[in-house]
Amino acid sequence: MAITTTKSLFWKGLRDSLPFLLVASPFGLLFGVLAAEAGLNVLEALAFSLAVFAGAAQFTALQLLQENTPLLIVLVSALAVNLRMGMYSASLTPYLGDAPMWQRACAAYMTVDQSYALSIVKFETEPEMTTPQRMAYFFGTTSVIAPSWMIATVVGALVGAQIPASWGLDFVLPLAFLAMIGPMLRTPAHMVACFVAIVAALPATLMPHNLGLIVAGLAGMMAGAQTELWLERKAARRSANQETSS
Amino acid sequence: MNGFDSLSLWIVITGMAVGSFALRFAFIGFMGGRPMPAWLMRHLRYTAVAILPALVTPLVVWPSPTGGEISLPHLAVAALTFAVGYLTRNVLWALLSGVSGFLVLFLLG
Repeated sequence: MAITTTKSLFWKGLRDSLPFLLVASPFGLLFGVLAAEAGLNVLEALAFSLAVFAGAAQFTALQLLQENTPLLIVLVSALAVNLRMGMYSASLTPYLGDAPMWQRACAAYMTVDQSYALSIVKFETEPEMTTPQRMAYFFGTTSVIAPSWMIATVVGALVGAQIPASWGLDFVLPLAFLAMIGPMLRTPAHMVACFVAIVAALPATLMPHNLGLIVAGLAGMMAGAQTELWLERKAARRSANQETSS
Repeated sequence: MNGFDSLSLWIVITGMAVGSFALRFAFIGFMGGRPMPAWLMRHLRYTAVAILPALVTPLVVWPSPTGGEISLPHLAVAALTFAVGYLTRNVLWALLSGVSGFLVLFLLG
């Protein structure tokens, strides 16, 4: 087994994260462009990316703001999109929970899809890593992604300010979301959640103030969770049957 | 104007900054090594795959470039983007197909 230092793990995390640049940069660029189309200036777009640092939630808030949604519903909906960050944080806690508070606070800010996906696999496959080593790897995975997201936002906002509204660029936003959804559907339960949310979303648009988004989202989440339970029980029954018959 | 003012925007940015950080920090900061209740994790797993489609569906069925009229070409481009993402498992290819489809719509429209 190779001896790995904390410093080399940081660089390992950084190298592992490089392919994700190809995804983060176009989305950052797109956020900047759409923010400019929605009337945000460069500073506002950058502040958005810096303060929130969560692509899907930023796109959601931007869309709902343009639809004159009450601010509370904008916030609840955008944060609901970000609930998965809570899940990431919860599942990283057993590995990073012993680190000093300031490191945990920084790690919390840096918890995004990419850093989570890379780190959780690394931590699970190498259980002998120490907490400082894990932190080094985790920070490595975001040290390029985070600045690129901010720079891409600024470039996008500068470009977007030059694009006339008549191009109808707002339709790129649902396309960007659709591109994110496809690869997320890994299990039958994911597909059920997605399908139920889609079916519920159409009648739900009749609800005032875009509340339908939250209702349809909750319906999809419950459908997904129930499907998972049902499939687990079915699998458990099957293995129990096999044991009794053998 | 798009119907929202600078104050609303900053309220949303600040609220989201605080809220997102709280979501990410809540567990790692305060929970220590304690496990989360299973039912909660089970629901959290499906937030993104439920809320994002719920957000997208009306935007695709009643697209803004047509002023909210149902439009077959827009539906087709959306279906293409989704299908490429699902089949290739690659966000980037899906986004590229979506943007190419959008360009076709733009040039034809």
